[in-house]
Amino acid sequence: MQGKGCNCSAKPTEPAVLAKVAAIAAPYKGREDMLIQVLREAQTVADNAVAKDVAAVIAKEMGLPLVKVYGVATFYAMFSTECRGKYVIRVCKSAPCKVKGAVEVLKAFEEELGISCGETTDDCKFTLETCECLGICDISPAVMINDEIYGDLTPAKVKEVIAKY
Amino acid sequence: MQETRIVLRNVGKINPVKACEYAAAGGYEGLKKAFSLTQDQVIGTLKESGLRGRGGAGFPAGLKWQFVKNTPANQKYIVCNADEGEPGTNKDRVILAGDPNSVFEGMAIAGFAVGADKGYIYLRAEYPSLLISLNEALADARANGFLGKNIMGGGFDFDIEVRSGAGAYVCGEETALIESIEGKRGEPRFKPPYPGVSGLWGAPTVVNNVETLANVAQILINGAAWFKAIGTEACAGTKLFTLCGNIANPGVYEFPMGVNLKDLFAVGGGCPDGKKLLAVQTGGSSGSFLRADQIDLDMDIDNCAAKGATLGSGAILFIDETNCILDVLQDIMEFFVHESCGKCTPCREGNFRLLQMITAFNEGRAKEGYADTMLDLSSTMMSASLCGLGQSSPTAIVTSINNFRDVFCVKGCGRERGNK
Ligand SMILES: Cc1cc2nc3c(=O)[nH]c(=O)nc-3n(C[C@H](O)[C@H](O)[C@H](O)COP(=O)(O)O)c2cc1C
Ligand code: SF4
Ligand code: FES
Repeated sequence: MQGKGCNCSAKPTEPAVLAKVAAIAAPYKGREDMLIQVLREAQTVADNAVAKDVAAVIAKEMGLPLVKVYGVATFYAMFSTECRGKYVIRVCKSAPCKVKGAVEVLKAFEEELGISCGETTDDCKFTLETCECLGICDISPAVMINDEIYGDLTPAKVKEVIAKY
Repeated sequence: MQETRIVLRNVGKINPVKACEYAAAGGYEGLKKAFSLTQDQVIGTLKESGLRGRGGAGFPAGLKWQFVKNTPANQKYIVCNADEGEPGTNKDRVILAGDPNSVFEGMAIAGFAVGADKGYIYLRAEYPSLLISLNEALADARANGFLGKNIMGGGFDFDIEVRSGAGAYVCGEETALIESIEGKRGEPRFKPPYPGVSGLWGAPTVVNNVETLANVAQILINGAAWFKAIGTEACAGTKLFTLCGNIANPGVYEFPMGVNLKDLFAVGGGCPDGKKLLAVQTGGSSGSFLRADQIDLDMDIDNCAAKGATLGSGAILFIDETNCILDVLQDIMEFFVHESCGKCTPCREGNFRLLQMITAFNEGRAKEGYADTMLDLSSTMMSASLCGLGQSSPTAIVTSINNFRDVFCVKGCGRERGNK
């Protein structure tokens, strides 16, 4: 999703980043089965996204057609083809979190960050998304910020969580 | 009520990443036992035990292994389904985090029984810390000779690799999961051929749930009769239940199959803050809605099915009176619209239409006849969808219409009708 204030997707990816991506993909030439793992790792060095030029580098290094890389990158929820903030906040909105106040938690994030769900902050620090069950319903309502999980959230706790970043 | 901890017996008691601690607690004895038996004897014990799949479908595990053993091939695979995408379920996480070796051992026994030397654990992307600890546990098991070449000197080779998903509920479906391990979009395949005949890279493949595999070694050690004596006649053993939603003590609990839902509600401590229970959804988002007066229900696969409920993965969502059923249903249908892979029309379009209609009810825009149209569409989806996602996604709607008919009146929105 194109973020408010974040215009990175319009620009080509920096050569240094592309070089890092190439280094991640190169060991897996001809290993189609490793594509998902490569995409996951590539995203972490490339603005949390698989931009078109990033996908092209992966395709070339792994010896796969670009359409294959693009097809996989657009299928899975964790991949984005548009640049995202340094931290991607994913608020679980599945039923178990919903009945425990996920909507209020999402609102609190929106207010605290000054963006709507699906947007990125002006400084490209945070992207706010909703997601489906994170598998930690025993501590719902739950969110995941990159690889960190936070549970038993209330609108009041949201402020504390954001302050950590 | 006391839990019966078979699958969870070691959780919280041993260092999960140390194979030696698992072995000291009686671990890898099941695999040793298997080495003293023939492949058919191992499968026979499993069949006799009555162990059924814990991933949702309840297919007899021994029978599945038999198919794979009987299919001749140079290469076969064991796949552990740890995708755990069903909203409200986190039992597999608890097993893999607390006692991963019990799953490795189950996979190795499966490998021995069917003639496979390679296994994959397909782990959902939302468990990144588990990915790290699983790899650590695998390395430790290898270093101690419980995995790899010539395991425990028994002349059998077996190794396991973890593959991570990237956020797609449909990848829990076994053929979509296989596509995903192969590095493709997770779109389900046409069945037949079933994975047991042609699975991962076309090879005969066992796909079993984490919890199913975690039971296997215990069955070999203690015998089929021991296992059959736990639970109910047609559903032997224990089941892990994830209690979630408006419940005082949410979490994962292990009870014999057939435990009463009312007792589970009590174990969970009831709804917090003295609120009244409005509804229960059993089996996750693809499961059934029950009224608070319908929870005197013995939870096993067959009894649930007979009473119009769902055991599924064992997820139980409690919903209190402050919620509106229509609100929750709308959310569930948003989930399925989001997760439908789009390969087949009944599911891709059907879920979208169901969402439109349930939203109309929720917002007070529904027209006369919408409820019947939803039932009609649901029955088409259930019979015509390609995979279990589309076949089970209308369950929440159908059971709600049956059990909460009043809510589906066309006047006023859900909230205006007093949160019912
Ligand atoms: C949409 C969908 C999602 C599924 N998700 C899971 C899952 O997360 N974990 C699982 O073990 N089985 C899941 N299943 C069931 C698997 O297809 C398969 O039946 C199961 O892994 C077989 O293992 P079992 O016989 O040990 O239960 C899912 C099925 C469908 C249709
Ligand atoms: S039923 Fe749904 S998820 Fe399954 S193949 Fe069809 S569109 Fe895809
Ligand atoms: S429903 Fe939110 S973590 Fe499971």
